Amino acid sequence: MIVTAKDLVHKYFNTDEKGEVIETITALDKLTLDIKEGEFLVILGHNGSGKSTLAKHFNGILKPDSGTLIVDDLDLSKEDNIWKVRQNVGMVFQNPDNQIVATIVEEDVAFGVENLGVPQKEIRQRVDDALETVGMSDFKMHSPNGLSGGQKQRIAIAGIIAMKPKCIIFDESTAMLDPAGRKQVMDTMITLNKTYGITIIHITHYMQEAVCADRIIIMDKGKIYLEGTPKEVFKNVKLLKSIGLDVPDTTYLIYLLNQDGFDFDSSILDVREVVDAICNSN
Amino acid sequence: MPFAIQTKDLTHVYNQNTSFEKKVLDNINIKVEKGEFVGIIGHTGSGKSTLIQTFNGLIKPTEGLVLINGETKFRDKVGLVFQYPEHQLFELTVYKDVEYGPTNLGLDEQEIKKRVENSLRLVGIPEKIWQNTPFSLSGGQKRRVAIAGVLAMNPEILVLDEPTAGLDPKGRDELFNQLQYMHKNLGITIVLISHSMEDVAKYVDKVIVLEKGKVKYCNTPKEVFKNVEELEGIGLAPPQIKYIIKELINNGIEIDENILTVEEAAVAISHYLKNR
Ligand SMILES: Nc1ncnc2c1ncn2[C@@H]1O[C@H](COP(=O)(O)OP(=O)(O)OP(=O)(O)O)[C@@H](O)[C@H]1O
Ligand SMILES: Nc1ncnc2c1ncn2[C@@H]1O[C@H](COP(=O)(O)OP(=O)(O)O)[C@@H](O)[C@H]1O
Ligand SMILES: [Mg+2]
Ligand SMILES: [Mg+2]
Repeated sequence: MIVTAKDLVHKYFNTDEKGEVIETITALDKLTLDIKEGEFLVILGHNGSGKSTLAKHFNGILKPDSGTLIVDDLDLSKEDNIWKVRQNVGMVFQNPDNQIVATIVEEDVAFGVENLGVPQKEIRQRVDDALETVGMSDFKMHSPNGLSGGQKQRIAIAGIIAMKPKCIIFDESTAMLDPAGRKQVMDTMITLNKTYGITIIHITHYMQEAVCADRIIIMDKGKIYLEGTPKEVFKNVKLLKSIGLDVPDTTYLIYLLNQDGFDFDSSILDVREVVDAICNSN
Repeated sequence: MPFAIQTKDLTHVYNQNTSFEKKVLDNINIKVEKGEFVGIIGHTGSGKSTLIQTFNGLIKPTEGLVLINGETKFRDKVGLVFQYPEHQLFELTVYKDVEYGPTNLGLDEQEIKKRVENSLRLVGIPEKIWQNTPFSLSGGQKRRVAIAGVLAMNPEILVLDEPTAGLDPKGRDELFNQLQYMHKNLGITIVLISHSMEDVAKYVDKVIVLEKGKVKYCNTPKEVFKNVEELEGIGLAPPQIKYIIKELINNGIEIDENILTVEEAAVAISHYLKNR
């Protein structure tokens, strides 16, 4: 297991102008979750359901009020362990413009590794390899300014993989991108997972991006509301819509046809399957 | 009647006369009619955000003209929701943040209250967090509050820069339904930048496609999304349902190739299967 979380509780306290607590929000409510090493996990849930709060626990940005959290065999309640865990669990955020620190792509990618105290020669190698992995080698000496959103996100990802992490968390890293940029970032995640065995945790509001997951968890009010493979999860069209979510267009089309009296397999997910099912029906 | 928005040979160059000079809008001529609902799509860096900031005078064109309701002098005509509106939240409470705009318009208290409450309800912010600080909200909640702030100004022309990024599916639907309501029933002109092709296909009257600062297409969604390969070539993609329709037609299912939404597709496929 890369992550073992048991009964995690996280509360936020809202205060008024005088600093008195006026409201307590339980953002994580006794949440229990195991994530296997090498897993591709997608987290879905409506705005405010607790996804980012959960993700920020995995690399020690936030601490639970109660419950236990073991990441990469290290107990995160021990202060010393937080830095070790951060080397192994990287995080990519939503806004491509807020994550770039240097004026040359290469330097930006090197930034994180340099802080690890890796020898100069190895840094060079790692930076080159990382840029190669995300398909951005040609831009090594460019300024990040002229890059598209998808390219900037891939630079941010390269900066993380240069640190050789075991797990990368993407908190809505595709939300601000055009369709091509979204595809570039999704393809990069899939490569990192399938070729390099890196555990991927992807938070998104695009249902289509959850189709490639090994497992989906759906959060609601700080708890896991539903979990399973994409097929198991997305066939619950009515249920998902009732909690503010959606299903991929493929699944929705089949759902509408079944509402209209047909009897297609409700767990169908990809375009090929839809086309085959419709063409072979009689 | 003059157009709500019209540009004439609009060109914009950033950092003119420096080594960073960059032409990002190149001779743009577009017309948006009063009451129209227009979508702008284009890959990152194609000039979308620059274009719409000329609509409220935030960016002055290097060459050419922008006319709002036929006039070149305009202020406060266009309500603009910025690309990262949550960065502009600054008041102590959610309620005060939305109240800021209408208060500055000098409206009476009753009217301000009505507008603030309506806008917050429209974007789905529950009353129990109206008195919270905006900084305590989740990403999607902040975005909703920022949009409410612009809605509360009751603008005649509403321009939104990628308003649905980071909204959950329900929030996305609610916002689009709200915009459609304002467009149909209140006659408000709406221009919206979006990367969600599905939503653009479903809701807007007209799509403008920008590519490297030029208008590549300007037409109904049906016409624009016919250009599947060309759109893919410039970093865009038609809605996924187009691919399903295309494959079905290739496999001998007789349905209309122009279908753009899942709902239309279901009706057509069902009709075909039941009647063959
Ligand atoms: N710093 C904070 N102070 C107080 N409350 C907070 C804070 N951050 C988050 N919250 C609250 O905790 C809950 C969960 O927030 P979180 O950011 O984890 O949601 P999310 O699932 O990531 O939402 P989104 O899809 O909008 O990003 C929300 O009710 C939010 O208002
Ligand atoms: N303030 C600025 N100074 C210099 N260049 C800019 C500025 N704002 C945007 N640009 C550049 O102009 C181009 C168009 O940007 P923008 O209008 O933001 O595109 P879009 O909204 O379609 O992503 C991009 O190449 C961008 O880097
Ligand atoms: Mg979040
Ligand atoms: Mg933009």
